[in-house]
Amino acid sequence: MTKADIVIIGGGITGTMIARALSKYDLRTVLVEKENDIADGATMANSAIVHVGYDPEDGTLKGLLNVRGARLYDTILDEMNCRYLTTGAFIAACGEEEEKHLDVLTDRADRRGIPYRILSGDEARKEEPNLSEDVTKVIDFHTTKVIYPWEVALKAAKVAVNNGVQILLGHEVTDIEKMNGKYAVHAGDEIIEASCVINAAGIMADRIASFVEEPWFTMRPRRGEYFVLDKDVHLVQHIIFPVPSEEKGKGVLAVPTVYGNTLIGPNSDYIDDREDNGTSYYGLDYVRKNMAKTLRNVPFNRSIRTFAGIRPASTSSDFIIEESKTSEGFINVASIESPGLASSPAIAEYVIGNFVSKHFDLKEKEGYDMTLPKDIVLSDMTEEERNVLIRERPEYGRIVCRCEQISEGEILDALKGPLGATTVKGVKKRCRPGMGRCQGGFCEPLVMEILSRELDKDPLDIELDGKGSYILERSNR
Amino acid sequence: MRHYQAIIIGGGSAGLSAAVTLKDRGIEDILVLEKDREPGGILEQCIHNGFGLQRFKEQLSGPAYAERYIKMAEERNVKIKLNSMVIKLTPDRKVEYVNSEEGDVTVSADAVILAVGCYERSRGAINIYGTRPSGVYTAGQAQKYLNMNGYVVGRKVFILGSGDIGLIMARRMTLEGATVVGVAELMPYSNGLPRNMKQCLEDFNIPLYLSHTVTNIFGKDRLEGIELSEVDDKRNPIKGSEKYFDVDTLLLSVGLIPENHLADEAGIEMDPVTRGPKVDENYMTSIDGIFACGNGLHVHDLVDFVSLQAERAAEGAARYLSDGKSEAGVITLRNGSNVSYTVPKYIHKDAKINTEVFFRASRPMDKASLTVSCGDRLIRKLARRKVMPSEMDRVMITAKDLKDLDGDIVISMEENA
Repeated sequence: MTKADIVIIGGGITGTMIARALSKYDLRTVLVEKENDIADGATMANSAIVHVGYDPEDGTLKGLLNVRGARLYDTILDEMNCRYLTTGAFIAACGEEEEKHLDVLTDRADRRGIPYRILSGDEARKEEPNLSEDVTKVIDFHTTKVIYPWEVALKAAKVAVNNGVQILLGHEVTDIEKMNGKYAVHAGDEIIEASCVINAAGIMADRIASFVEEPWFTMRPRRGEYFVLDKDVHLVQHIIFPVPSEEKGKGVLAVPTVYGNTLIGPNSDYIDDREDNGTSYYGLDYVRKNMAKTLRNVPFNRSIRTFAGIRPASTSSDFIIEESKTSEGFINVASIESPGLASSPAIAEYVIGNFVSKHFDLKEKEGYDMTLPKDIVLSDMTEEERNVLIRERPEYGRIVCRCEQISEGEILDALKGPLGATTVKGVKKRCRPGMGRCQGGFCEPLVMEILSRELDKDPLDIELDGKGSYILERSNR
Repeated sequence: MRHYQAIIIGGGSAGLSAAVTLKDRGIEDILVLEKDREPGGILEQCIHNGFGLQRFKEQLSGPAYAERYIKMAEERNVKIKLNSMVIKLTPDRKVEYVNSEEGDVTVSADAVILAVGCYERSRGAINIYGTRPSGVYTAGQAQKYLNMNGYVVGRKVFILGSGDIGLIMARRMTLEGATVVGVAELMPYSNGLPRNMKQCLEDFNIPLYLSHTVTNIFGKDRLEGIELSEVDDKRNPIKGSEKYFDVDTLLLSVGLIPENHLADEAGIEMDPVTRGPKVDENYMTSIDGIFACGNGLHVHDLVDFVSLQAERAAEGAARYLSDGKSEAGVITLRNGSNVSYTVPKYIHKDAKINTEVFFRASRPMDKASLTVSCGDRLIRKLARRKVMPSEMDRVMITAKDLKDLDGDIVISMEENA
């Protein structure tokens, strides 16, 4: 039995942001994650946007936490040296009906102190030549950012670990027992005893909650599918949104990613199986057709991959962030769908300020550090910088991934430390070999070789991603 | 900055052939930059026979074919830098490369020959729906695991696409003890060479599903199965035609694409059909002194033609180095009916050489007549039998043909009853 003060269940953006924020206090915090890597659920597959907060309605947690979260990101992204682009967000209205709805958004933005620009259709087309001729008016929320959400979650987790939080990957919670005012969390082969449990289990949040009480909410998984377009397709500079609507949410967007690709999606389909993150003909066809409303000349034939993510939505329309009424110290942080990514730093603050602080005397520990050094990324460097680096460390001169120009040195960096990659996809998420147009056709066998050598594992035991996702079947020698 | 007479980017079959030819034309100061740990390129993993029938009049394996050129290059003291990845090419022919011994180096040349090869179209590029388990590979990737690293990737295999690598892998995996349950091809005809259809599928009783495609992928961690659907004449899946196959491996052999990011970034004019640079009769691209050849120019059916075209590109580069470029106007080669592309795309009006034009038919035809014309003037008319898009065709346009031509040259194929 491990003794802790707080157990966080779930290593997505919500769980890792809470772990990061808690790590500055003198508390024993353990985060458990069922998958073999950080943030394999909704954080891994979404639109990657830090919304500024004009969309959620007044009086909701979404409204409150989105605006605050977006502001907190400014500091956090710099502290952790995360990649981001301040692209702005074009909300594109077609015709008078839709233009009216823009007023609702600017009205909210005014009250919330969110800056924006108003452009006519023609002005907007000067900045975004691929914008449809049907677009008559655009609001640009120009402080909107695009991030690499997975990187932010990993780095939040790294900060937490550096400050003493324990993270257990591959530990699925199978039961939570109440005993003497405490909880015994059964996670994989561990039992962790703690007086406070934070349920940040994403799409599994209702199941986790049901270990201690019958939850009043049920998860209603909603899938979104996307295309990723090749880097040399320079489709848009800003995020392009249609005017949001009740039934379709934020609609189908075009997002310029931090690595120069374009993301097109998502649709929004309720699904029965909450783990079914497969793509479908209908989903992607919907995306194809609806993107055409705001953008022309979208070269879907330059797609390099498609993917689907599952929004951890529930029967509640708002975020659920509350302490259980029957089980003291059990805090649900559930239904964190959009704008969950943007809100996550504020969610962490809210959870600590409103609930954790009731149970613990929060004392900052000495010498905590919320910062992380910059990753070495060869393709970001100047010729001179690369020369200095390679002279000192030749492994950065061996390029493994030709599409993204990733060196062996960068892959070795991705394997290091307590949250180092252990799978091919783990390497890909950390430093991108295989993210380019050949999708790992050339570099996957090389990444495999490096993983096998560095982890001292038989290549037959190297997995692509989740448990059991072996790449090689047997040796023929 | 070190300056060379010529730099060749890529040390595979095209790059080695170009280097040998340059040396034979007296261009001594050349450099070959190769990203891999050995020269030879993709040939090194193609251990099957069938290479060299045109070039050497004998059947060689890929590595044996490469070995001949490596030896010729060695005999001529061709300087090859291995493990050296070119990361940038500029229009003024500066080439930036990275390796672990020298770091990041920029060199320049009077002529640069792109011999960069191609990559396989992946799952994302063809939008197969479903989950993303392990067990889905491009055919070349599975070939590399097997022939270079010594590992079989799976037990029960389905192959999408009848491209040659897929067919070769159907045979190779069968010989390794795997069960290949079928090969599907989106088109109503095969995309592989006839000899591979026979030797790799028919001889092993592997069923070929023409006008079919994979419409779903199942399995959370490792592939558990695929859904195959028939397609209509617009290549859309037909509802109700779905068949399920219980397989742990799916190989994709759905096309090769020239690796064009260096050319693209340099601003070289590209052909949207071949996805490689547009070149003239000297294999020079739209930028002076930059030439292209091999599968980075257009995807070839046989390596023998890669070598042949690379020689011509090197000859073109050698002429450019001695005589400079032609200031004469160009005649454009246009794709007529049933022709999907031609290489070269342009011929200078004052060309002194005869130009062998490589092209592909856009559909299979039993009997066809091939015509080369310019306006009303018929330059050449030839008969063809058993035309297949998978096989490259060639036709000569002589220097004499160009005399007094006014307008574009059109290459067409008409089916004969």
